[in-house]
Amino acid sequence: MPSAVTPSATPSRAVRLTHLQRLEAESIHIIREVVAEVRKPVMLYSIGKDSSVMLHLARKAFAPGPLPFPLMHIDTTWKFREMIEFRDRMARELGFELLVHVNEDGVRQGIGPILHGSGVHTDVMKTQGLKQALTKYGFDAAFGGARRDEEASRAKERVFSFRTATHQWDPRNQRPELWSLYNGRISAGESIRAFPLSNWTELDVWQYIHQEDIPVVPLYFAKPRPVIQHNGMWVMVDDDRLPIPEGVEPEMKSVRFRTLGCYPLTGAVESTATTVAEVVAEMLNSRTSERAGRAIDHDQAGSMELKKRDGYF
Amino acid sequence: MAEDGRTFDAAATEAVLSGKAADRDLLRFLTCGSVDDGKSTLIGRVLYDSKLIFEDQLKSLERDSKVRGRAGGALDLSLLVDGLQQEREQGITIDVAWRYFNTDRRKFIVADTPGHEQYTRNMATGASNADLAVLLVDARKGVLVQTRRHATIAKLMGLRHVVLAVNKMDLVGYDQTVYDAIRDDFLAFAAQIGLPAPVCIPVSALMGDNVVNRGEGMPWYDGPALLPYLEEVDVVQNSVDAPFRFPVQWVNRPNLDFRGYCGTIASGRVRPGDQVVVHPSARQTTVARVVDFSGDRDEAVAGESVTLTLTDEVDIARGDLLSPADARPDVADQMAAHVIWMADERMLPERSYLLKIGHTTVPAQITEIKHRLDVNTQNKLAAKHLDLNEVAFCNLSLARPVPFDPYETNRATGGFILIDRTTHQTVGCGMIAFGLRRAENIHWQALSVDKATRATQKHQTPGVLWFTGLSGAGKSTVANLVEKRLMALGHHSYILDGDNVRHGLNRDLGFTPEDRVENIRRVAEVSRLFVDAGLIVLVSFISPYRAERRLAREKVADGEFLEVFVDTPLAVCEARDPKGLYKKARAGQIKNFTGIDSEYEPPEAPELHLNAGESTPDELAEQVIQALRARGMLRE
Repeated sequence: MPSAVTPSATPSRAVRLTHLQRLEAESIHIIREVVAEVRKPVMLYSIGKDSSVMLHLARKAFAPGPLPFPLMHIDTTWKFREMIEFRDRMARELGFELLVHVNEDGVRQGIGPILHGSGVHTDVMKTQGLKQALTKYGFDAAFGGARRDEEASRAKERVFSFRTATHQWDPRNQRPELWSLYNGRISAGESIRAFPLSNWTELDVWQYIHQEDIPVVPLYFAKPRPVIQHNGMWVMVDDDRLPIPEGVEPEMKSVRFRTLGCYPLTGAVESTATTVAEVVAEMLNSRTSERAGRAIDHDQAGSMELKKRDGYF
Repeated sequence: MAEDGRTFDAAATEAVLSGKAADRDLLRFLTCGSVDDGKSTLIGRVLYDSKLIFEDQLKSLERDSKVRGRAGGALDLSLLVDGLQQEREQGITIDVAWRYFNTDRRKFIVADTPGHEQYTRNMATGASNADLAVLLVDARKGVLVQTRRHATIAKLMGLRHVVLAVNKMDLVGYDQTVYDAIRDDFLAFAAQIGLPAPVCIPVSALMGDNVVNRGEGMPWYDGPALLPYLEEVDVVQNSVDAPFRFPVQWVNRPNLDFRGYCGTIASGRVRPGDQVVVHPSARQTTVARVVDFSGDRDEAVAGESVTLTLTDEVDIARGDLLSPADARPDVADQMAAHVIWMADERMLPERSYLLKIGHTTVPAQITEIKHRLDVNTQNKLAAKHLDLNEVAFCNLSLARPVPFDPYETNRATGGFILIDRTTHQTVGCGMIAFGLRRAENIHWQALSVDKATRATQKHQTPGVLWFTGLSGAGKSTVANLVEKRLMALGHHSYILDGDNVRHGLNRDLGFTPEDRVENIRRVAEVSRLFVDAGLIVLVSFISPYRAERRLAREKVADGEFLEVFVDTPLAVCEARDPKGLYKKARAGQIKNFTGIDSEYEPPEAPELHLNAGESTPDELAEQVIQALRARGMLRE
């Protein structure tokens, strides 16, 4: 074989960025680009670990200045209480502008995950609530913390995702993205959903939380919590709205959550991990994928796809 | 996920979080090849042999392999990554699907680019962010037209690392002579197109030979298997050692005491005290501080997103580019570039698009297609326009000079995208080859009598009344009446009529979309000269495309252009048919007739909208005069 084609490794590397440094730089680039190209951006803040990382990256992008946009939480009224406490504490400590939107129509109709199921609840309280809020404030770009590795239908999602004036996602009408040249031009009424964490994996997120010492909701760490079996998952009894069947006593189990959402829809995993390192150790040894604990993804085949077309993140 | 099946204890996890694994670098690569070449099986094999498959995924893989697998009930690893087919059937535009995996050495981002019919567009998109491409060939088929196409696009997109994976070696009995022939064939082709030192690896994705492990089949092969190669290959492009380039993305001015310039370092490195030049203004200054979230830095390098402060109060905006004084980028408003067209709508020379390079967006035209490149045969062909997936070497003209480097020396400062001005779609991309010096050498002759002087002499405000509408709508009739009234009021005017101009200035042009664009461009230039001469110009042209009307508008100053939409329903125009043209068009004797077999794009926001079906020509002319009066353009 001619020597020119024999693969060989060249070990000497002068300056080499780690994968986290490259991911961080890319995310900061995306966040700044959105702010530079649109009129009125907002960052969706879901209080979870991905949101925490995204918020941290945004603070880095504009340091030493403040964030040039508000954060917005679409409150379904069924989030874990610890999430709400964490959200308000972060807003206080970091000093960002926090908007909280609740779909009051949904509240008046008494929509909830237990009575109406995850499909209706998520659609009304989250998807419709989000659309209401975006229209109300006139935001033309919204940052979301979605990652492409989360779910199969996200693997092909663009970093800049375009929505019509009625917040519809037209899968046939998305733009090719070359290099780091993002095309943020939109017509009046249209908007962009931007995903700065597109190329991060769950492991990257935890490594970065560890490296940067980013605060996250304590629910990610194991602690004895009252749980019952509900829809085949361990669900935490976070308040008295969760119906407990006759004869069932909530059990105290050492559990934590891999993702956070509405508490009746979020399954707990039994765990003893109380630090980031232990959480990562459990994840590395784990045999199931991340969204297995989310009832919302299992309603029907391709359910994430349908929700996205309708305006869900 | 248990990498190589071991259990992670606290110490192992600590290593992941803080040790070697945390220092993993990143390799972005692209896989090229059709399903039949075993692309999905190859990626599936990488994941499977690297123990990167979850238990629940493995269970469903075993189940699916029995139902839909093509491996006779054995594990069909391609099912791990397939699924794009189904999505394509749902009509979803997928240009690239992204997959992620880690080994102890590296994090990998894999761009999988599906689609035969849109292959060029998709592969270019995936390649633009990739460090390396893996080209698959079937050992039974050898180097095919599509292999040459993949290699050509890889070269075009500036990939410095290309791996040819000769797959399905098990089906040719692991025969070294088969592999050697394919390798030599490919290397000869690679040399012909100038692809830098490709690497060839014989593999069997199905059996697992030379994918993650060496396997038993090919003792005659003495190189590494594919994954070990991908873990080791040094893809750090010399961008850290290249000259410093810093495209300014955002000016950070939180308070009066801080003015920073944010951006991602495209190449090179920067330290406080470095002398830099700002382009295109060519002002010189010095870097005062290199700042990030945690404070001041001694140095920052290519790939990092940082903020710089400068010692001087120079005027710097988003889109400017900082460089060292002794290694400057090109600055030009005309350039030659390879362009890949990515839209269904055809690219027409002279049409105005938006070009985004770095953080600058500027109006631009492709002025000339030097040649089109057939990516299958590498032949250079003549072309008058570009369709979806076509590649061409073109000259471009920009509305103002921008800083850039040839794409070959710097991907970050030499690549651009083209954006449609109406739909805002990304319609093409380009790789700059070199700047053209023409504009630089033709300087504007400074004239002492200017537009204002000439207009004052005529006691009028010059401008363009651009009448657009279908053939037979009444444009020329109304324009003629307007001019008579202007004359009566003592104004100096001139009519450019579509038919009349085609007898002289534009007699060489036909009615194809390309010629229509050129037709309007010339008339727009003439209008501009007449406005400069102080005249009120009345242009009466069908001018069916928004893009060209916008181009005409941009030739003159704000407020000087009045688009007059002579809106007559097609049925009315056809009934009038003053020149008998509709009849001929309906009979198929005239091709490309607006309204019949060629599109008319109505104005979205004309200054004046005449409902011409409902009023007499005199009433319409009066509406135009009133509009001019309201704008203070008439002598009273």
